[in-house]
Amino acid sequence: MAAGFKIAEPLEYHRSFLKENCRPDGRELSEFRTTTLNIGSISTADGSALVKVGNTTVMCGIKVELTNPLVEAPGKGFIVPNVDLPPLCSSRFRPGPPGEQAQAASQFIADVIESSEVIQTEDLCIERGKLCWVLYCDMMCVDYDGNVLDACIIALLAALKNTKLPEVTINKDTGSTRTSFCVFDDSILIVDPTAEEEGLSTSHLTVVTDEKERLCVVHKPGGTPLSAEKLQECIGRATARQREIQKLVDKVVHSVKTAQ
Amino acid sequence: MMEVCGSTNVSLREFGCEQTLLSRPDGSASFVQGDTSVIAAVYGPAEVKVSKEIYDRATLEVLIQPKVGLPSVRERSQEQCVRETCEASLLLTLHPRSSLTLVLQLIHDDGSRLACFLNAACMALMDAGLPMSCLFCGVTCAINADSEIITDPTAAQEKESRALMTFAIDSKEQRVMMSYTKGSFSVHELQQCIAVSQKASENIFQFYRDSVRRRYSKNL
Repeated sequence: MAAGFKIAEPLEYHRSFLKENCRPDGRELSEFRTTTLNIGSISTADGSALVKVGNTTVMCGIKVELTNPLVEAPGKGFIVPNVDLPPLCSSRFRPGPPGEQAQAASQFIADVIESSEVIQTEDLCIERGKLCWVLYCDMMCVDYDGNVLDACIIALLAALKNTKLPEVTINKDTGSTRTSFCVFDDSILIVDPTAEEEGLSTSHLTVVTDEKERLCVVHKPGGTPLSAEKLQECIGRATARQREIQKLVDKVVHSVKTAQ
Repeated sequence: MMEVCGSTNVSLREFGCEQTLLSRPDGSASFVQGDTSVIAAVYGPAEVKVSKEIYDRATLEVLIQPKVGLPSVRERSQEQCVRETCEASLLLTLHPRSSLTLVLQLIHDDGSRLACFLNAACMALMDAGLPMSCLFCGVTCAINADSEIITDPTAAQEKESRALMTFAIDSKEQRVMMSYTKGSFSVHELQQCIAVSQKASENIFQFYRDSVRRRYSKNL
């Protein structure tokens, strides 16, 4: 009966849960799914990480290469992020060139790297005007169950921590984490939405904060308007989440180091 | 017909707008903010490709064309922002299984281009006579090295800024529909920028009103 109701009236089905302040998968409105992290999973890449947020799985591999810096910016290296949403991860993606969502996600990650100054591109320069590093950060979604941008950032951050450049080592991370929210029926706010919840919600909001609790990105691509109080609530939740993730990444990095 | 909006307390550059300047689209508008200039054209409601058909509402497609070259990843992400803002204000359920296309051509970029895209889009949608639940406008704020907030910055001011934020504000309750930020800033600065943008939006909506009123008073 419940299964039939879910398929026929998905919005009503979700509303009946939200009325009771819980969600179909048993979570509270502001509860995240379990996040698991594994770093150094790809031995052939220079740095890698695998992140699972509930069912959503994102793999990040970092390839390091040498290149010539641009004439306009002789003292800077490059970070090239790329998000891949292959048909494997969900039926909503088709084979062929990357769709709008994948391109928007890549641009978003690039903005986050630039705004949060996770890595100073100046540090990637080896010989001014002659030689610098380029980091190709490829994030591949293996299983799409909503909130893919959160998973991408965590994977990227963990993979960067895992990356070691020969001779020069980078470790100027400021570490940033993002939190995604969904607005349901214009008023109810939920965090860490699943794919189903994303599809039914009226608006999305993404907040990225760094270690010093400064905001790096407040990204809300349209949708229903949001009041100042709700925004404040989101920022508060995002900073709390930032600390959780920081702890998780540190713990995994530490455990890998001790295992070596 | 061109109008100019004099700025009062929040400093915005000179605005200009012309509607129905193209003959082929169902609605068109050019929007000028200082030296930044955009032309918007709306086609629809028209027939939709089967693969893009949505059974209970219209499919909105936004295309952003840069001044030179092909649209890149940056344009894609701005397209997404403009599209989702328009989707929230348009009453798309009134035209199920049909397509709306909004084309935004950048003529000249001198800062605040996303805000200018949004303003041009809103004027073009209005010109096309599409039913909307509210109007929206775009405001860009830059925070410079001295922590001063500059509204509607030029390209040079954008380059010098520490943080850059663009908001879409709705006309009904002046709440934030869209936000796109660059650079790092504190929570307090974000709230200040939102407050400034809401104030600036009053001027922009007044400009919308004046420019539409002037247009129709000439036609009658």
